[in-house]
Amino acid sequence: MHASVRPVLSVNIPPIATSPAARETSAALSMRMTISKVNFFYGSKQTLFDVSMGIATNKVTSLIGPSGCGKSTLLRTLNRMYEIVRGARLEGEILLDGQNILTQDVTSYRRRVGMVFQRPNPFPKSIFDNVAYGLRINGSQAPISEAVEKSLRHAALWDEVKDHLHKSAYELSGGQQQRLCIARALAVEPEVLLLDEPCSALDPISTAKIEELLVQLKDFCTIVTVTHNMQQAARISDFTAFLLTGQLIEFSPTPQLFTTPGDPRTEAYITGRFG
Amino acid sequence: MSPRLRWRKFVSGFMLTMTGVCALVAVSVLFLILGYLAVHGGASINWNFFTKLPVPVGETGGGLANAILGSAKMLLLATIFGVPIGFFGAIYLAEFSGGTTAFIVRYAADLLNGVPSIVIGIFAYSLVVHPFKQYSTLAGGFALGLMMIPITLRSTEEFLRAVPNPLREAAMALGASKWKTIATVIVPAAYRGILTAVLLAFARVAGETAPLLFTALGNQFWSPGWTHPSASLPVMIFTYALAPYDDWHRQAWAAGLVLLVLILVINIVARAILSRGIAVPRS
Amino acid sequence: MATTTNTVPSAGPVAGSRSFLSRLRQGDEIARMITFLFAASVVLVTLLLVFELWQGSVLPRHKFGFNFFRTSVWDPIFEQFGALPFIYGTLVTAAVSLLIAVPLGIGAAIFLAELAPARVSDTLEFFIDLLAAVPSVIYGVLGIFIVVPLMRQYVQPALKHSLGFLPLFQGPAYGVGFLTAGIVLAIMVIPYIISVSREVLLSVPRDQREAALSLGATRWESTWKVVVPFARAGIFGSIFLALARALGETMAVTMVIGNTPVISASLFSPGYSIAAVIANEFTEATGDLHTESLIELGLVLFILTFVLNGFARLLIVATSQRGSGRGQA
Repeated sequence: MHASVRPVLSVNIPPIATSPAARETSAALSMRMTISKVNFFYGSKQTLFDVSMGIATNKVTSLIGPSGCGKSTLLRTLNRMYEIVRGARLEGEILLDGQNILTQDVTSYRRRVGMVFQRPNPFPKSIFDNVAYGLRINGSQAPISEAVEKSLRHAALWDEVKDHLHKSAYELSGGQQQRLCIARALAVEPEVLLLDEPCSALDPISTAKIEELLVQLKDFCTIVTVTHNMQQAARISDFTAFLLTGQLIEFSPTPQLFTTPGDPRTEAYITGRFG
Repeated sequence: MSPRLRWRKFVSGFMLTMTGVCALVAVSVLFLILGYLAVHGGASINWNFFTKLPVPVGETGGGLANAILGSAKMLLLATIFGVPIGFFGAIYLAEFSGGTTAFIVRYAADLLNGVPSIVIGIFAYSLVVHPFKQYSTLAGGFALGLMMIPITLRSTEEFLRAVPNPLREAAMALGASKWKTIATVIVPAAYRGILTAVLLAFARVAGETAPLLFTALGNQFWSPGWTHPSASLPVMIFTYALAPYDDWHRQAWAAGLVLLVLILVINIVARAILSRGIAVPRS
Repeated sequence: MATTTNTVPSAGPVAGSRSFLSRLRQGDEIARMITFLFAASVVLVTLLLVFELWQGSVLPRHKFGFNFFRTSVWDPIFEQFGALPFIYGTLVTAAVSLLIAVPLGIGAAIFLAELAPARVSDTLEFFIDLLAAVPSVIYGVLGIFIVVPLMRQYVQPALKHSLGFLPLFQGPAYGVGFLTAGIVLAIMVIPYIISVSREVLLSVPRDQREAALSLGATRWESTWKVVVPFARAGIFGSIFLALARALGETMAVTMVIGNTPVISASLFSPGYSIAAVIANEFTEATGDLHTESLIELGLVLFILTFVLNGFARLLIVATSQRGSGRGQA
């Protein structure tokens, strides 16, 4: 997290190009997270079957699939958020930087993996206090107001809110609220940022802003996003995983998955002949 | 793990444990109450308790038959008076009205529901006792009935509203008039809820003491008819508990046990009726 | 939610298109009129109650005016009626009860809403509901036979020993008094605080908790710094509700407060409350001025609880709406 604070581009970003597939495949990618043979159960109902994949460092990885396919569940295993649901059980292994996440202290682990939710969910506090929340509970030594500004800049929200940081977060528009939630997550400097359909409650213009933002954020952290919008996955992600009924069907560099899918089921889904 | 994190986790564990302790303390009060009443009152409950009149101070034995009968009469009156108003009022709110009228009725009911029971007593006194210069069973029943109205009204309305609209529409599409729809479809669909509401209202007023102090007053003997001062179980408990006689204390404990068991049983039955029925909102 | 939406049929096109006469013939108008009469009688009774309280307390209002609330001589023989000791006793016992009931009740509600598995939470809530159904006079019996001796023999001496330098805990241990009444009241209002607070805590959206946890908050931090603040208004509502109950509570207080009209800094001192003096003196009131002074006290109680209940309801409704309506825009 030492990259310089870049001025925020807010207009006329050229269509986001995915990195050339060749570069992706040839370069030896470092994997921030590794998921191996994960099975997941809610009570006796199994919702993930033997999922294995890697999350590449400083890339955007998208999880796509029809609703109920397990993509959100998979995302929630990555920060162990599933544990607050009673009866949820995970088998298999998930590594972050080579360490098994299941054996770590859950509180300090979650701080390293930020999360942004489907609907914007700011706390009923001021804009400033929302962003500062994570810093305060973690007892950060850094000066809080600078860290708040930095996070808001990273979330491309600073210019819009810098004059009323102490207004309630609820006075922001939906899109701004979601960027505030991103800023709140970024403030604790997570290594990985998980986004669970972050644009599903937003209008197209707000969505475009968030998409731009995610691509820029790659410089700071590794991003995993769940989306039901295939165009979004194609635009913003470097890798895409397609899930169906709890199984990982295909996992490839994004251009490859969308142009030459290796599995007929993937092809059926991306061409819209499916559910 | 950093010392700070260790401290935060300790605080978390400690505080969450404390909330559990709070819950435990709160719930244990119920069992303490039941336990004390059972220990102190259980021994004095016998056939005489239910069938005999109180005996003069100094003699042992006797019972609270007049208080039990008095309570029963007043509760009967209260039900006859309070339930129809609550029930039909609720039908009006849920099925006929909208807007301002409904708002006013609901507001009045909520207000009435929040009035301290001693104030209800004053009201019943000024309305029924004072004009006729006569404490009576009737006045006691009136005061208790007043308290049943808002409870019955508000919960019945909720249960009527919980009846799905397609049911209403189906009946009306078959040509049923509105009141026929209500009488043959809506009320039957909500009857479990309504019964629960009535039972809970009944249980609530069964233990009320304050509204009876200056309406039914009290009586050491049988109260003939409806227009004489009458004993009631709650007032009897109050008087006996404050009196300086051990024998009366025993009777107060026993009466308390009888009253509490009655109220808890009605509550449990009411909830059981509800949980067996269709999905309904929790009041 | 409790307003007008799902009663469409009456206003709907079906009802509207039929003529008044046909509705009359089918009985709808009659049914409407009859049920309206019942509903209207609720309003009527409530208005009558306010009227009677007002009309019944004309004499002391004219004779004492505002001094009724400021003077502390309550003497039926010389017809001097000052209500200050009763107001004081009512407020002090209510304050003591809230000091005890609020932390306990909110703690228990947090446990039920945040920690306990659903089945345990529902079972405990069932017991709490039963506890709320226990009649006041039974709390009074337990208060006088169990709590009062305990206070006299153990609690008050212990308090005097450890905190006796405070004026609050001085004086002889009677057993009965402000402190005892406050404790009994606390036990009585805890179920209300728990039930309402639990409901509002449960209405806090789950993503608020998850957002806090995902930032590295501990379970307690997410509860105390996010969930509870979110539900704050509703929790205050539950406290106002409890306060209204505590102020109006009669029987249990009458049995343990000591029924002595004094104003004392010591919580050990016997006292009196508004509801208790009405309960004790109403039937034996000597003369109209005495009776009407008691009715004026009833009016005071009515106004206090009316304001508190209204306030409580506003807060509770506001919270549950925030929980369900947030972020729709």
